[in-house]
Amino acid sequence: MSVPPAQASEFDLDTAWMLHPSVSVRPEPFGALLYHFGNRRLSFLKTRQLLDVLQGLAAAPDARTACLAAGVDPAQLPTLARALASLAAGETIIRRPVNSRTTAFVEEST
Amino acid sequence: MTVTVSPPASFVAKPVKLVDQFALGLDAPICLTWELTYACNLACVHCLSSSGRRDPRELTTAEAEAVIDELERMQVFYVNIGGGEPTVRPDFWHLVDYATEHHVGVKFSTNGVRIDAAVAARLASSDYVDVQISLDGATAEVNDKVRGAGSYDTALGAMQNLYQAGFTGFKISVVVTRENVDQLDEFKAIADRYQAQLRLTRLRPSGRGADVWDELHLLAPQQKQLYDWLVANGDQVLTGDSFFHLAAFGEALPGLNLCGAGRVVCLIDPVGDVYACPFAIHDTFKAGSVREPGGFQGVWRDSALFAELREPQNGGACKSCHFFDSCRGGCMAAKFFTGLPLDGPDPECVRGFGEQALAEVNGPTPKPSLDHSHKNPLRSQTGGARKPVPITLGVRPGSGPISAPPVRGCDESPLTGFAVP
Repeated sequence: MSVPPAQASEFDLDTAWMLHPSVSVRPEPFGALLYHFGNRRLSFLKTRQLLDVLQGLAAAPDARTACLAAGVDPAQLPTLARALASLAAGETIIRRPVNSRTTAFVEEST
Repeated sequence: MTVTVSPPASFVAKPVKLVDQFALGLDAPICLTWELTYACNLACVHCLSSSGRRDPRELTTAEAEAVIDELERMQVFYVNIGGGEPTVRPDFWHLVDYATEHHVGVKFSTNGVRIDAAVAARLASSDYVDVQISLDGATAEVNDKVRGAGSYDTALGAMQNLYQAGFTGFKISVVVTRENVDQLDEFKAIADRYQAQLRLTRLRPSGRGADVWDELHLLAPQQKQLYDWLVANGDQVLTGDSFFHLAAFGEALPGLNLCGAGRVVCLIDPVGDVYACPFAIHDTFKAGSVREPGGFQGVWRDSALFAELREPQNGGACKSCHFFDSCRGGCMAAKFFTGLPLDGPDPECVRGFGEQALAEVNGPTPKPSLDHSHKNPLRSQTGGARKPVPITLGVRPGSGPISAPPVRGCDESPLTGFAVP
């Protein structure tokens, strides 16, 4: 099943994000596979660059910085934001608590 | 399996359909099925692994742990454990714990026989274990005809235990047949009642399924009925990607819509043999064994069979059909076990080409290479009407032509050799 297409405006490039701690990442020739053990959601990344972005999120002050650090063309940022919005909708990536890059994320019980 | 495809195609420099990437194979399977045992307390008429009796060559606990270690190294996110009835293996719960401790998630299929209140509570406390209860009728009458007397009550009892333990979202897995296709709404209601998720899969002519396929597989109008129901229920219902042959009716169903055999999925059987898919337990589709020096990874990466399956498929007799891009020729196992060529139409081709092809099949169809079926009918198959077996109890003489072998001391007296100090 796929997540409803999210709008670029729904994704905030200027806040801090991180991979959900329950997400496991497996690089593949085409990009990567991501699996969320909490909600059992499988995601596909079609490029290695997007993988670099995700892996840079935790150390970057905001998503925009992580994108640029991974070499994303600034003109492509809206497209990338849509991809990130889709990953956020499935909780593959989550907002990182402000000023605490290492704070553990406590999963809400659903 | 929940699938998110991202990012939008426009982000990819050179547009490549993800499904085409998958068709060429992955470094490791996305998920794999692992039948832990051929032993089963039931004898379902359509069992795709012809299960019943335990195979004495079954992987040992240590061998199973070694497979899990490999899966962890290969980053296989989760395994679908089945059987047989996997929970009857004495080390079953140990292996589940071992897998989750090694970052390999587990979903296991069961008929519910061991899911009592205590087990349900334990399962509810783990994020890494998912449970799938098999049910093939929304009523006992329809279910028990296929799965055996009492199996409906066992399954619903297990569901009740999981529900009461707070395990939401477990799966209820239904093989859709001619007999239960009119009960889809009732299945959904059962799933809703237990806060579970309904999963529908296709009846395959694999294992004992070959014996009942003619009587139980969906008739053409029922296939359309199922397709319409799946479209109407969308992603509320899981299908394990098993109905992609129906995509030729119109829009594709949720999922990869691809035969994943040897490309994204495979099967490890109880003795460690690796097959291209769970529905293809036959020497033709055996890629190797985890007991070989290269282990599972060696088979996955280097097997000649898998290399062949990962080559681009040209569609064969279906090439000229303009629905080929939708249905991709259907299910390899369904074709094989009905005697059809693998590069032609599926026996249930929605355009009817499968039926035409079936009419032209001459001679016997391939039989499963293995059969672990119970040799005698189970009580659940005879309604408890098994005849008593007369036996005579006696003691073998200690000497003479038919003498008993020397016995261990304890066999004669539990106090043998025990001396009060």
